[in-house]
Amino acid sequence: MADCVRLRYVIDGENFTSAGEASVKVKRSLRQMGFSPEVIRKVSVAMYEGEINMVIHARGGVATVDVYEDRIVIVLEDEGPGIPDIPLAMQAGYSTAPDNIRSLGFGAGMGLPNMKKYTDDMKIESVVGKGTTITMTVNV
Amino acid sequence: MKISEIASLLNAEVLCGNGELDREVKSACGCDMMSDVLAFVKEQAVLITGLCNPQVVRTAQMMDMVCIVFVRGKRPPKEVVELAEKADIVVLATNERMYVACGMLYQSGLSGGGVVNG
Repeated sequence: MADCVRLRYVIDGENFTSAGEASVKVKRSLRQMGFSPEVIRKVSVAMYEGEINMVIHARGGVATVDVYEDRIVIVLEDEGPGIPDIPLAMQAGYSTAPDNIRSLGFGAGMGLPNMKKYTDDMKIESVVGKGTTITMTVNV
Repeated sequence: MKISEIASLLNAEVLCGNGELDREVKSACGCDMMSDVLAFVKEQAVLITGLCNPQVVRTAQMMDMVCIVFVRGKRPPKEVVELAEKADIVVLATNERMYVACGMLYQSGLSGGGVVNG
């Protein structure tokens, strides 16, 4: 197995304004490492949507990005309310975001579908009342 | 279409990126829902929006967009413009409404761009 570079970020759940800063940093790091624009875009969009979700629903969390030569693995962990019905949450347009989030340009029920769309593999593990872990892989 | 042409068609004020108005834009997206912007990849695109928060800039950044046009006479807060400047994104502001701004650019040859999945 090739060497792995690990990037780790604490996502501040109190601050919608700063949501996405970690994704911007990941994007910059991947660019420095020389990945193609397409791979970088996939990783950064998927992570950005995840970051927004963690801020909206879970009071923040931790994002870990493991960069391998042939793939990039993003793990988003939170201790939020959990997702009771994952297939329902995955439906495009289904949203439980509060109205004030919609006025900020999110909460259209496209976050999880977008994350799935931009990644080659996505796993959601969630326990109601405990939290959610989403693991996404983008092949290089 | 050059960003300078967009600015002149929409009679827009340049809020940052004055030195980059020669950059070429190939497609456009008019949207206030950022997740919808994130759903479709476009080439060298301009984002036309009425939403004025920092997430607009981050969304544009994630999608490698080169320009943001704020419509309906909205002026984004200073920190939003600064964020865009740092991200090398040109920011324009026009008094035109969304529908009219999009229509004017489309009529002048700026297409919606091909939709590329992922």
